[in-house]
Amino acid sequence: MNQIHWLYLSVLLFSIGAVTVLVRKNAIVVFMGVELMLNAANLAFVTFSRINGNIDGQVIALFVMLVAAAEVVVGLAIIFTIFRTRRSASVDDANLLKY
Amino acid sequence: MNTALLLATSPGASDYGSSGENWLFWVIAIISVPAALGLLFCRKAVHAALCMALVMVCLGIVYLALQAPFLGVVQIFVYAGAVMMLFLFMMMLVGVDSSDSLVETIKGQRWLALLFGLGLAGLMITVIGQATYDGAKGLQNVDAEGNMTTMAKMIFGQYVWAFEATSALLITAVLGAMVLAHRERLTPKATQRDLAIKRIREGAIKAPLPSPGVFARHNAVDIPALLPDGSPSELSVSRVLVARGQNQSVLTVAEDVAIIEAEISPNAQNQADAQGHPLKGPGNPGFETGATSTSTLETTTRTATTKTEGDRS
Repeated sequence: MNQIHWLYLSVLLFSIGAVTVLVRKNAIVVFMGVELMLNAANLAFVTFSRINGNIDGQVIALFVMLVAAAEVVVGLAIIFTIFRTRRSASVDDANLLKY
Repeated sequence: MNTALLLATSPGASDYGSSGENWLFWVIAIISVPAALGLLFCRKAVHAALCMALVMVCLGIVYLALQAPFLGVVQIFVYAGAVMMLFLFMMMLVGVDSSDSLVETIKGQRWLALLFGLGLAGLMITVIGQATYDGAKGLQNVDAEGNMTTMAKMIFGQYVWAFEATSALLITAVLGAMVLAHRERLTPKATQRDLAIKRIREGAIKAPLPSPGVFARHNAVDIPALLPDGSPSELSVSRVLVARGQNQSVLTVAEDVAIIEAEISPNAQNQADAQGHPLKGPGNPGFETGATSTSTLETTTRTATTKTEGDRS
């Protein structure tokens, strides 16, 4: 039992987030899957920071959080715009470029 | 191997984590992995968001334990506090629609995705398992001045350009959100007077809609009201409840109506309730013989049901 186990937890969360992005239909839930993947990556950063005795990992994790916050704002605004024009938040319904 | 290189530590390090940290790991893992799976399996998006908030709070606690107190607090403030609330607000704006369905549109996509996820997890776990590890160095030496001070020195020293770029990114994101969410008003805003005039001109219903739950047996908003002729009124139930499928069907109400009709049928008309008032008699308005009223009610119910189905399709 050691700090490596946090990496295993991070891997599990990342995989669950990836499957969520691939499987779910609701654009907002898909977005939350992306957030889960970012958080899993953050957990790996912080764990490596502790393991290597180097605080750079924490700084990078902080920047990941900032970029994720900005990404959430723009992404949710896009979802809302699509919802306003198509009356649907489903990723299957945004298919204007299909053919 | 790259991972082995990343994990290589000095020979003297021997921090394998205290037993308290091991306990914390199991508690956090048992809470956060099912919560993350809830994101995958919850049918309603709001439940998924709450599961996600739980994962965020768990990760915040993990950061506190992993000698990153600043990140832990920021995680709980920014993620569990701001980002997840933004998600919940967006769900309230978007509402409930067909996007919550779990119908598979691409054949086999779900199993392929599951296979991909398992493969990804297996690959990364194998790689991590092959790494040699002899304890964490810990941040005691680096963090001698305190975590906040060290972080501040890094952010405003070595990473200052990244920090400045982040500020530009945040402003761009704010502008982008404003542009995307803004809608130009092409017509003047309708006042209450305009709305009233419009309603009188085109609306079939001039009076307020009937309120739900005005029914002998039930007192809930998901029960349609009974009209004076005995038929349940679809208009009385909120359309949000109908969209969610949380309303009682007209048929259920019709069964109740039949029961009540039987109870107050002419055979029982001389019975009195607890206060001594006659329950129903020829003098009361709305009195009819039980058989005819039940049959008319069934007819009206059937028409109402077909009408509703026609509306839905």
